[in-house]
Amino acid sequence: MAETPELSSLAGAVGRHDTLKGAAPFIRTRNLDFFYGDNHALKSVNLDFPEKRVTALIGPSGCGKSTLLRVINRMYSLYPGQRATGEVLMQGENLIDAKVDPTDLRARIGMVFQKPTPFPMTIYENIAFGVRLHERLGKSAMDERVEWSLKKAAIWDEAKDRLNTSALGLSGGQQQRLCIARTIAVKPEVLLFDEPTSALDPISTAKVEELIAELRADFTIVIVTHSMQQAARCSDQTAFMYIGEVVEVGATADIFTRPREQRTREYVTGRFG
Amino acid sequence: MPDAVTIPTATSDAAPLARRRVSPLPENLFSATVIGSGLIVLLLLGAIIVMLADGAWPALKAFGIAFFWSPVWDSVNDKYGAGIMVYGTVLSSVLALLIAVPLSIGVAYFLTEILAAPFRRAVGVVIQLLAAIPSIIYGMWGFFVLAPWLAAHFILDVADLAAPVPGLNKILDYGSGNSVFTAGLVLAVMILPLITAMFVEILGATPVVLKESAYGLGCTRFEVVRSVAVPYGRRAMIGAVMLGLGRALGETMAVTFVVGNATRLSPNIFAQGSTIASTIANEFNEAGFGSMKLAALLGLGLTLFIISFIVLAASRALVAPRAVS
Amino acid sequence: MSGRTSARKATNLVVAALATGAALLSLAVLASILWTLIARGAPALRLSTLTTSMAPTGEHGGLANAIVGSLIQVGIGMLIATPIGVLAGTYLSEYAKGSKLGDVTRFVSDILLSAPSILIGLFVYVLLVATTKTYSGFAGAVALAVIAIPIIIRTTEDMLSLVPVALREAAAALGAPKWKVVTQIAWRAAGSGMLTGILLALARAAGETAPLLFTSLGNLNWSTSLGKPMASLPVAIYQFASSPYEDLVQLAWAGALLITLGVLAINIIAQLTVGRRS
Repeated sequence: MAETPELSSLAGAVGRHDTLKGAAPFIRTRNLDFFYGDNHALKSVNLDFPEKRVTALIGPSGCGKSTLLRVINRMYSLYPGQRATGEVLMQGENLIDAKVDPTDLRARIGMVFQKPTPFPMTIYENIAFGVRLHERLGKSAMDERVEWSLKKAAIWDEAKDRLNTSALGLSGGQQQRLCIARTIAVKPEVLLFDEPTSALDPISTAKVEELIAELRADFTIVIVTHSMQQAARCSDQTAFMYIGEVVEVGATADIFTRPREQRTREYVTGRFG
Repeated sequence: MPDAVTIPTATSDAAPLARRRVSPLPENLFSATVIGSGLIVLLLLGAIIVMLADGAWPALKAFGIAFFWSPVWDSVNDKYGAGIMVYGTVLSSVLALLIAVPLSIGVAYFLTEILAAPFRRAVGVVIQLLAAIPSIIYGMWGFFVLAPWLAAHFILDVADLAAPVPGLNKILDYGSGNSVFTAGLVLAVMILPLITAMFVEILGATPVVLKESAYGLGCTRFEVVRSVAVPYGRRAMIGAVMLGLGRALGETMAVTFVVGNATRLSPNIFAQGSTIASTIANEFNEAGFGSMKLAALLGLGLTLFIISFIVLAASRALVAPRAVS
Repeated sequence: MSGRTSARKATNLVVAALATGAALLSLAVLASILWTLIARGAPALRLSTLTTSMAPTGEHGGLANAIVGSLIQVGIGMLIATPIGVLAGTYLSEYAKGSKLGDVTRFVSDILLSAPSILIGLFVYVLLVATTKTYSGFAGAVALAVIAIPIIIRTTEDMLSLVPVALREAAAALGAPKWKVVTQIAWRAAGSGMLTGILLALARAAGETAPLLFTSLGNLNWSTSLGKPMASLPVAIYQFASSPYEDLVQLAWAGALLITLGVLAINIIAQLTVGRRS
């Protein structure tokens, strides 16, 4: 099959090839179904998320990609009437089992949201809030942790002189990187990004994307995105979802250059969605 | 790539830690506390109803269900009924609405349509402050300023005018500065800021698109308000009037000063009269622990509770559909 | 056609004139109230009004015991009302969404909010005065608390419901249990609004007369005992204003001015708190 011009242009954006080699699955979903009341939002999803790699979830609005993220960290259990069946396995443990404490689980699986959500407190306290939930640290250990996480999220230089000022005074892009710092300060193993740049300007977006590339060394990452370019630039593996089902999953380079399914091809070339 | 992230961080940095076990105790304790506080509120209303009914029981037993409307209040022979006070309460509140509602509509129209935009917020704040003035201040003003003025310049003239008209001369008869009419007037002044504030909010909530399309058809300001804004907010406006009515029915201090506190029935609105709240406030200290009079006063309280409950339920029924949609 | 148009324009003008008239009339009445308050209250307001206790006519008394009595009763009332109101408002906003018990609680709180305050006085009379056979400052404080609770509940629920869901989810996503999300994130985000509600409740309680008439009763003498009848500013105003003695009536106006200034000051502070937030 000859590559269409659109596909080859996206192929140029794909950064890495064969990056999935040697990566074991860290989280696997097996026959995962999800319901909002009577609405069947995820249908028998089977997906592996490789360790220390970036998986992008793409698909049109309402396809279930954000829902899948919210199942992995049990966000849905905040709301009555939402339920999941099947398995989300992490190190042999089924995360959606009622026996698993969601607060423990969320310490291991962090999440960054669509819009920046700084808490109405100082920058320092924003970081310390999450850490204190799970660990008792002395003053100096906490200072170190705050510095570490802010550096890791590439916002230390902008924030170090104003740690004790309100986080609401930061720009949108800075707020989002603070939220990333806050998430990694808890030292999770997995990071979930739910359209993390959709509320940001292009420069802030580029910074966050660079950051995700950096964080890949330490974390297993899942990113939901509307931007095909972003998926192509950031991820090792891409899954295309449509109306609650995974249509196709594979190495990002393959999905964007040699999609097997007609619907995937139409979506990544912008013919529907 | 920013320098900041090149700090050497071993993979083990991000490894899971031995984490504190989360105890479910604080969670359960907190939810129990908030639910408990909610239950206190339920208990409070239950206790109010039970205590009023229990305290009123001797009077209800002695005079039967007729207590609620019987127009007798005879402390000498210990014979009581709520009729006179219910009449005074309803009459003064209805008078208050008849005066306050048209004025409020006028003021709200002035504030939203005529007053220049920069002043609206300031005037809105002033209205809210006026609504916060303790009701006893309105009562004192009524007693020391309004009642003497009415006695000197208003009641006699109106009664003179009404005297030759049969029927009307019974309603507008010669009377006193302290009367059910004065009470209604003071109540009107008191609920005016309250109702106006709600009207302003309701008129302001009309979707701009609706108003603009009406202007687009060539409507005048008044026509836009009458045919778009008012129909759009009609239920909420009636709800606001009912809330004002509820305030007026139960008001004590603004009324007690000016109503005259006479426990007799008269069709003349310029005659001295009494309301439920004013009677309770006035006569409570004459009632000993365990007396029939105390039971009758608590019975008046129960009557007032029932009336205000009905008005509140009506106002909610009218406002509720909007809140849902 | 043009005749009809001019008739419509005339109607518009007449309505505008009527509305302006209504506004001016209302303004005149309210100006009269404020003017009376200042003209009669200010001359009677002296330092000795604040430092001497109430006294019979001709003895140059002040309002000190009534002011202190009001502060004590309002203070204790708010100490009782604030935790109950904030927690019950939190229950309605955070734990009762869509539950039958929550709907009932919200309705009951609304009934309390609009219940005539004199009924609250009667209730506390039966509950605390008739049972102990004595009027007391404590009973007055409880009555004021019952007035304040539904106001605090309503504003707490309203303010918490304005806190974005995203903020709660972000805290939960860090592994915060629900009670920490509520107490450390939602309360903090809604804090100034909730404080405004508490201040408005305070202002309302401070100006109430009717609930105190049969609970703390009033007291001409200096007394800070919660177990005995206690003076309060509104009740002192009521007693003096309805007395036949000119010096006591003057004192009542001084008290009326004081309490109005106090209530308005609290309201203005509350408005500024909201303004700062938005």
